Amino acid sequence: MSDPRPFRTVGTSPRKVDALGMAAGAAAYVDDVAISGMLHAKFLWSPHAHARITRIDASRARALPGVVCVLTHHDVPRILHTTAGQGYPEPSPYDTLMLDSKVRYVGDRVAAVAAETRAIAEEALGLIDVEYEVLPPVLDMERAMDPGAPVIHDEPDARAVIPVPYEPQRNLAGHVDMQIGDPEKAFAAAPVQVDVTCHTHYGQHTPIEPHVTICWLDADNRLIIRTSTQVPFHVRRIVAQSCDIPVRRIRVIKPRIGGGFGVKQEVLEDLVAMLALKTGRPVKHEYTRAEEFVSSRTRHPSRVRVRLGLEADGKPVAIDLDVLTNTGAYGSHALTVACNCGSKTLPLYPCPNVGFRADSVYTNLPVGGAYRGYGATQAAFPMEVAMDIAAERLGVDPVELRRKIHIREGQGSDVFRALGEGKAGVVQKIGSCKLDECLDRGAVAIGWSEKRGRDRHSPKLVKLGVGMCALMQGSSIPEIDMGAASLKMNDDGSFNLLVGATDLGTGSDTVLAQIAAEALGVSLDHVIVYSSDTDLTPFDVGAYASSTTYLSGEAVRKAAVIVRGQVLQVAAEILGLPPGDVDQLRTEAGEVIAPDARRVTFAQVALRSLYDADQHQIASFASHISHASPPPFAAHFAEVEVDTETGFCRVVKYVAAVDCGTAINPKLAEGQTEGAVLNGISYALTEELLFDQAGRCRNPSFGHYKIFSTRDLPEMVTIHVPSYEPTGPYGAKSVSEISINGPLPAIANAIYDAIGVRLFQPPFTPERILAALKGVAPPSQPPSLKNGSR
Amino acid sequence: MKLTATINGVRRTLEVAPRALLIDALRDAGYTSVKRGCETGDCGACTVLVDGVPLASCVVFAGQVEGRVLTTVEGLGTPDRPHPLMEAMVDAGAVQCGFCTPGMILSAKALLDENPDPTAADVKDALDGHLCRCTGYVKQIEAVLDAAARLRTRAAAGGGAR
Ligand code: FES
Ligand code: FES
Repeated sequence: MSDPRPFRTVGTSPRKVDALGMAAGAAAYVDDVAISGMLHAKFLWSPHAHARITRIDASRARALPGVVCVLTHHDVPRILHTTAGQGYPEPSPYDTLMLDSKVRYVGDRVAAVAAETRAIAEEALGLIDVEYEVLPPVLDMERAMDPGAPVIHDEPDARAVIPVPYEPQRNLAGHVDMQIGDPEKAFAAAPVQVDVTCHTHYGQHTPIEPHVTICWLDADNRLIIRTSTQVPFHVRRIVAQSCDIPVRRIRVIKPRIGGGFGVKQEVLEDLVAMLALKTGRPVKHEYTRAEEFVSSRTRHPSRVRVRLGLEADGKPVAIDLDVLTNTGAYGSHALTVACNCGSKTLPLYPCPNVGFRADSVYTNLPVGGAYRGYGATQAAFPMEVAMDIAAERLGVDPVELRRKIHIREGQGSDVFRALGEGKAGVVQKIGSCKLDECLDRGAVAIGWSEKRGRDRHSPKLVKLGVGMCALMQGSSIPEIDMGAASLKMNDDGSFNLLVGATDLGTGSDTVLAQIAAEALGVSLDHVIVYSSDTDLTPFDVGAYASSTTYLSGEAVRKAAVIVRGQVLQVAAEILGLPPGDVDQLRTEAGEVIAPDARRVTFAQVALRSLYDADQHQIASFASHISHASPPPFAAHFAEVEVDTETGFCRVVKYVAAVDCGTAINPKLAEGQTEGAVLNGISYALTEELLFDQAGRCRNPSFGHYKIFSTRDLPEMVTIHVPSYEPTGPYGAKSVSEISINGPLPAIANAIYDAIGVRLFQPPFTPERILAALKGVAPPSQPPSLKNGSR
Repeated sequence: MKLTATINGVRRTLEVAPRALLIDALRDAGYTSVKRGCETGDCGACTVLVDGVPLASCVVFAGQVEGRVLTTVEGLGTPDRPHPLMEAMVDAGAVQCGFCTPGMILSAKALLDENPDPTAADVKDALDGHLCRCTGYVKQIEAVLDAAARLRTRAAAGGGAR
């Protein structure tokens, strides 16, 4: 596609199309509709980390007045599937049943009740009699593959559905490795060697709207699922599979969604659907906040070891990444998050010898899932700390080291080819990279050269420090993800834009409407966007893998180009031009303009096409897959203040300089960056799910799992450095995920600059900082077993 | 049991369950802008104004507000006649998923009623405890300061604040 700049609508920040309604309290979310006769569902959760259900008797619960249905594993189909809302066939193993005779973590499903009121449903849970044979649990991911460790998935039919290593008898849920060149030999010869191991901890997405689903049967006995999902089409497919009904019997409606961040890429709707199928009545289920923390999904905890071998001038000659992730009780996204630990970090620093191995193991703890960053968060931390150490050993500025060795426009990486999602990757060359400018502008904004090293050797008790990191992510999963869009023209020259792409608060409806408006030559208010409804909107894989703007956006652009062609045909007829002259027409502000300056409005075109001559519906469909996943790039800078007496670390200022290609809507793109940064900061400093010796979560509430609020806010600076991605719609690539990966390494490196100690285990709590200052070894126990600090 | 209160300027009597929480009484009566994010008083999504004071409606029994004056976001404005706080939130790009927005707008309203010319620090204090996971709060703070300016202009022009 030729460069269409300057833009008209793209690159401007009109109001988000759905924002005013939401600010005025419109009844737009899943739970904002009342359906008469609706039942309320509650689930019974396992109190044990690992147990077999030897007897389950729901007769007392069923006898309670107001209880309409109770389901145990005896009452539902036994169909192994994955809850990971991924494309088919999924790279996550089939290891999950709607309800099972075995429970695998505290918070696993045991039974479900539907009753006339929520209070009755809650009461009924207490009347379900369950006897358990308690089994020894696996609570330490480091021990999960020990010989003789309890086997969590001993069901004989658990399996991978794509050809990838899967060994449940060893608690191995996913494995990937690759090698380029001879890393070991190159290490041995490298003049500078760095070896860093970092851990990351259990975190939860905490969308402010928890998972909520309403299911009912319509007049035609079809199952309607109104649900807070990022992946309506995967919900349709996977619920059909686990309920054993045809896909065609299901319609999934995604209304406005109260945030997702990956946790709503998980298909948890099956049990509510089954209650509706069994009762024939509408059924609502809403996770409580405590349930959301424990029983929805989490970020896979990890241990990642990075080894760097560098030439004396800083050029990498060997990089090796060794990854262990904890997928918890089920293997949702186990393999692909592990893959991304490599594929979203290694290409950043081209290197002739690269090693990468990753194992993802089962434990009897909450289930990992997709979480913004998706492996890049886990691996960018040790990688960027290692680069900081390397810079120090080399005696160069960390900014200069990155500048010297990062990947550039026109360069490829063997890692792109070697590492895909459960299969080989796709060869690609970098089409856009303005990382140098991100480094420059970020450094100026934080005051890098003035502030660096300023307090390290001072006698002050409260010390300031600055640290930085460089980042990359991707934009969609190449040659796997597909997005589609359709457009149709209305009487007044407006268009319905129907997309399967899923706006979950990100603003993608607005961004996609801007792309359509740009391509059509109409104002934004002439594009009425609707997402998403599996009966009405074309297919889209959904909102994940940083794909919507880049991938679905290109589908929208293509659909708009087709429809614009149809508009021009009709306009040419009105103007009496021969069909060959269509090329000379242009569109602007809802008008078609001829070379002789005569004008036809889009409304005239619509009226003629609908009512007057050669009547037809001006409309189009278009699909898009990508053969590349162009990385956005970023340089992040943190300034911290560390109290050496209390160990308290505060982020004073944070600068995120991001190259996301063309920002289709700069204000919304800024919002994505700010939200990702703050989530990352609070994950780095305070957020952590803690567990007791029995695997019970000790802090499943906002009171005890601290996410940042306004008083905690540092000064935040967001800089979007424009580039032009040739494969993206109007030069766009992704922005939503990348910036959650920066705070861990940038803050860790800033703490080092302030007080001269390195932290490898977040969150960077006062206890950990004090322990590091005193030179006490970091806790050897995994965070899951550590006593909490709150 | 019955709950009689003035809700968004209208005196209403609602039929509520004896131990109903205010959040459920209001949502069941159609005030769905009152959002449920935690039910433990920790997220601010369910905030309503009770006699002008922001309160988490998930930790209040419906019976406790008998006879009081309640305000939800529906009472401040509509998409056709938006309150300046709504417009400012939208213009600043502060509404991502919007789930936290009604609660924030109400706490901001309470602040501006007391203090028409707040500092950024005042706004941070007023919004603290309203958890938002989508944004970095930067744009909400900007929006409240902007709305304050809009309301002051309007008051100076003799329009008066709603
Ligand atoms: S729902 Fe009331 S404070 Fe969260
Ligand atoms: S905008 Fe989504 S929680 Fe605030």
